Amino acid sequence: MSSICLFAVPPCDESLIKGLIVPLRSIFQVPVEMRLDGTIDPAFAFDVYRNQYNSTSVISAFLQRFPDLDGKILGITSVDFFVPVLTYVFGEAQLDGPVAVVSSHRLDNTLYGLPANQELVMERLLKEAVHELGHTFGLIHCHDYRCVMHTSTTAEDIDVKSERFCPSCEAMVEKKKGPANNHSK
Amino acid sequence: MNEKPDKQNSLLVVDDELVVRDSLSKWFKQDGYKVETAEDAAHALKKMNDGPWDIVLLDIKMPGMSGLELQKRLREIDPSITTIMITAFASVESAVQALKEGAFDYVTKPVDPDHLSHLVINALRQKKLASENALLREHLSEIISGDEIIGNSPQMKKVIELAKTVAQTDTTVMIRGESGSGKELIARAIHANSVRRYFPIIAVNCGAVPETLLESELFGHEKGAFTGAQYRRKGKFEMADGGTIFLDEIGTISQKMQVQLLRVIESKQFTRVGGNEVTHSDFRIICATNRDLEAAVKDGTFREDLYYRLNVFTVFIPPIRERRTDIPLLVQHFLKKYSAIMNKPVVEISPEAVDLLVRYDWPGNVRELENVIERAMVLAKPPSIRPGDLPFQMVTKHHTPTDDSIASVEKAHIEAILSKTGWNITRAAEILSIDRVTLYNKIAKYGLSKP
Repeated sequence: MSSICLFAVPPCDESLIKGLIVPLRSIFQVPVEMRLDGTIDPAFAFDVYRNQYNSTSVISAFLQRFPDLDGKILGITSVDFFVPVLTYVFGEAQLDGPVAVVSSHRLDNTLYGLPANQELVMERLLKEAVHELGHTFGLIHCHDYRCVMHTSTTAEDIDVKSERFCPSCEAMVEKKKGPANNHSK
Repeated sequence: MNEKPDKQNSLLVVDDELVVRDSLSKWFKQDGYKVETAEDAAHALKKMNDGPWDIVLLDIKMPGMSGLELQKRLREIDPSITTIMITAFASVESAVQALKEGAFDYVTKPVDPDHLSHLVINALRQKKLASENALLREHLSEIISGDEIIGNSPQMKKVIELAKTVAQTDTTVMIRGESGSGKELIARAIHANSVRRYFPIIAVNCGAVPETLLESELFGHEKGAFTGAQYRRKGKFEMADGGTIFLDEIGTISQKMQVQLLRVIESKQFTRVGGNEVTHSDFRIICATNRDLEAAVKDGTFREDLYYRLNVFTVFIPPIRERRTDIPLLVQHFLKKYSAIMNKPVVEISPEAVDLLVRYDWPGNVRELENVIERAMVLAKPPSIRPGDLPFQMVTKHHTPTDDSIASVEKAHIEAILSKTGWNITRAAEILSIDRVTLYNKIAKYGLSKP
């Protein structure tokens, strides 16, 4: 695996994406870059009845646009995502596949009537980004509540866990990256 | 999910909409579940052969068979199945109906992810508790009905000692003894004292199962293996995995079964009837018989190689008539047991009645003794059991002298003749060649009374 490419799926605060590059590089130990070309406009995935965007459709669009990409794609947006059977999702990923998407919509305290806290949004977004990327490395939810792969269905859940993998999840990521990437450590 | 499943829990998603199947399947796979999907009832029923499924998520409105109807069918196949109904069209009627028919819960699409996670965790927790509860109840009933082994006689002490010794090993045990002597009780005691005690002991009465069904009973069967085999079924060997299988009346099995049994004992592997997949099971065998297996081996009806495989360690339970000193203990034990079960304040037994019980020959062994006490408990007037409460045949059968004196021989003889004639004094006097007055005197002298 060569790199992680970050795409801004509009509308999106680019400063949030820029804030992800360094920590993601440090956690995954692979090149992380922000791509400005070829992003997906999620308008087609909008569901008028739900007033939300279908995250599965956005993932499919990325897959169609980059069929031969060697690496992982992470789309970042501030729209509200859903999958058909659930009321909302923070993000979605292909288990052991190349594409993941995350949304900052429900990570923002103002949605819950609390004072704005941009730092907290950044912190939560990083955790969700690592979590969804973790799924693309084949990781399933982790039992360790401190591990970033621990499941979170509410924003408070995200605050409990760290942005790091537990040793066993980290070992899985290393294994998936393969020996070719170990030099980057 | 907030807790790691102990084993990989399995989920079956049944919904006619592809997007729903896909998103639920993805969602639960990320949680580490084994997930499969089915688009309609027919496919779901087919998937039951790949089970067992811990939880089935069921859409209520589907083309063809509805989710409610399917839930009924699934429950017929696996009564312990947990179903959660998911529907886009919520109606009070369908929700009530689903819950009435045993659904764990009912949710409407779209579901709050937090709610769904907790719902499934709770459903699994309840399922685990229910199965643990069933297992514990089974153990408890084994403890209650299994009773402890009663007996103070040297013969029984030896049996108990042998059982305790062999329990610690994994050796195949053959229990010999007459019908009703307590072979299964000893088998359960061996299992309960072995390292396998936390796993099940599965008892199969080989003599009670028709020959044609025994194979499927022991090895299980695949769907369609024979007429009526609608679904895959586990066999007793598979159920006994980790534990013990108790094969009662082993002497009754056919030559064909003997060959199959021999192979299973040697390899601990078998295939279900009508199947190709080799199944492994780790079991210990305890078998029992009241037949003369050695004679059966000699006349060729029981395979010699199987005989040696099974007859590694033998525990012989002596018949009750060879250990009469145990009878009063057993009587007291059953008295207590049935007094509690019947809630009847019969707590003692008259010495005369005990005397009769001790002298009887007990062809049916402990089982017969237990039945006699149970029957007597029904008849007895509290607080004690008297000779008259015991079955008449027993009272009449044994009039053996208590010692060798002329008096006791005479008493026993007169008693026997009186019983034989149904206390017809004239007839008894004729047989005894004494006059009626003398007979009356002797009846008074020995304190005999009409039962």
